[in-house]
Amino acid sequence: MSGERFRPARDRRRRVGAIFRMVCLVSIGFSMLVLAILLVDVARDGLHWLSWDFLARYPSRIPERAGIKSAILGSLWMMGLTAAISFPLGVGAAIYLEEYAPRNWLTRLLQTNIGNLAGVPSIVYGILGLAIFVRFFGFGRSLLAGAATLALLVLPVVIVASQEALKAVPSSLREASYGLGATKWQTIRHHVLPMALPGILTGMILSLSRAIGETAPLIMIGALTFIAFSPTSPMDPFTVLPIQIFNWTSKPQAEFHDLAAGAIIVLLVVLLVMNTGAILLRNKFQKRF
Amino acid sequence: MTPLDLGHRASRRWGERLIALLLFGCGIISVLTTVGIVVVLVTESAGFFREIPIAEFLTGTRWSPMYSEQHFGILPLLNGTLLIAAGSMLIALPVGLTSAIYLSEYASPKVRAAIKPILEILAGIPTVVYGYFALTFITPLLRTAFPGTGIFNAASGAIVVGIMIIPMIASLSEDALNAVPLSLREAAYGLGATQFEVSTRVVVPAALSGIVASFILAISRAIGETMAVTLAAGATPKMTLNFLESIQTMTAYIVQVSLGETPHGTLEYRTIFAVGLVLFFITLAMNLLGQQFTRRFREVYE
Repeated sequence: MSGERFRPARDRRRRVGAIFRMVCLVSIGFSMLVLAILLVDVARDGLHWLSWDFLARYPSRIPERAGIKSAILGSLWMMGLTAAISFPLGVGAAIYLEEYAPRNWLTRLLQTNIGNLAGVPSIVYGILGLAIFVRFFGFGRSLLAGAATLALLVLPVVIVASQEALKAVPSSLREASYGLGATKWQTIRHHVLPMALPGILTGMILSLSRAIGETAPLIMIGALTFIAFSPTSPMDPFTVLPIQIFNWTSKPQAEFHDLAAGAIIVLLVVLLVMNTGAILLRNKFQKRF
Repeated sequence: MTPLDLGHRASRRWGERLIALLLFGCGIISVLTTVGIVVVLVTESAGFFREIPIAEFLTGTRWSPMYSEQHFGILPLLNGTLLIAAGSMLIALPVGLTSAIYLSEYASPKVRAAIKPILEILAGIPTVVYGYFALTFITPLLRTAFPGTGIFNAASGAIVVGIMIIPMIASLSEDALNAVPLSLREAAYGLGATQFEVSTRVVVPAALSGIVASFILAISRAIGETMAVTLAAGATPKMTLNFLESIQTMTAYIVQVSLGETPHGTLEYRTIFAVGLVLFFITLAMNLLGQQFTRRFREVYE
């Protein structure tokens, strides 16, 4: 061993480390910068369009008279219907997988399949919705067809979130209930579900906040871009905020781009409210067990 | 005191069975969804492939179903899709991975708690909003930097898709890095390694399969991304590697047809199912591959 051949080169190595640390920091900073630019860009273009009239008017070919009433109502209908379809199906599937399913090939298939569905591009769900709900079931280009499509799209998210919530309920609770003579369903209905509900609701809100921003599948099933009336039943044709945004953005005139920015602000505010609600719910009930 | 209601046990048991069956029904819906997707895509494409040979579809270099001189070669659409995927990964890979390393190895818990919600916000912004951002901010910027760039160009779409998938790579890779046991880091520190050497030569290699999984899932997401590329990248299917030209992706083509007046049941209309089938199989293959890597990673450390 000669002392000469060992060169720790500590200064150089430290310097390389410091540079790398800076690079990582710049990467993180990049994302934040982009988010800031995006928000400023949208606010600068769209803020001056925001008014009660903008929210209360129907779309128009004249930018000054255009509004997003039908898009807002369409989005609200869409959220309600999507929740009504995906909540029972998703929670039911999660209860089955967590509480009932035997450990066999079928259960493994179900679980793998749910994982795969989460990675299917949303436009493919649109193709499915078009063929099954619009044509085969004859729902037409209606709110119901759109909501059924979006419900299938968010189902994997609802199922996985509900499964996590059910898993977090301690098994001692179930055992106590069985010990008192309750049946399986009574145990789930009266003890497990109420305990898991906050977690399930958090997952539900987050999946709805994904559904409210979806555009491609609804274009596939034929949501219209020009709707100058309020939908009154699930079988009505519809538009939603993201489609209105897409429509205005794809027009060449700058005035319409600004209208799109106005609608984007509304959409982002709705998303912010939903996500804040989900986070509050999560924090409030997180430390129960 | 009310007497125990033992007489109703039999009916209770029936109710229990019915409920179990109903819940099983809910679970099976997800399988039916997959079956539905495959059946719809395959049966509708079958009508298309009866008229257009599969070989011509898969190897043709011209795509013009809507013109009088029709060509049905999917390669231009595939070219556009891969151009967007490659361009977006050029941004999202380095930025996402270094962000993940920062969050997992360098950031204090406080900084992490502040940064993670911001990444979640970025991940939660609807894709149509990114499309707007690309068209009204990135494209004008590109046109100033490179005069001659079209209003619609692949670069703008690729950049915005790259931004969109940074949070996905960052959070999945961070999970992978976090799962590397502390003992590995401690051993490396004990040998005199600097933090940089520990991060890049011990932790990253140890988490490699998880990181690769995050890359694969991100590419799959970029391939399936629709609204941003429809708005920003154009509607010109062509064979090109030039990012400054207008192109068309598979997803953007499907949107274009469904926005148009093409009547249901025609050959032109069926193209969306054939293109959708290719899109579905590509993303499915990538997701399965990604899951394979994730599983291998979990086997090692969990």
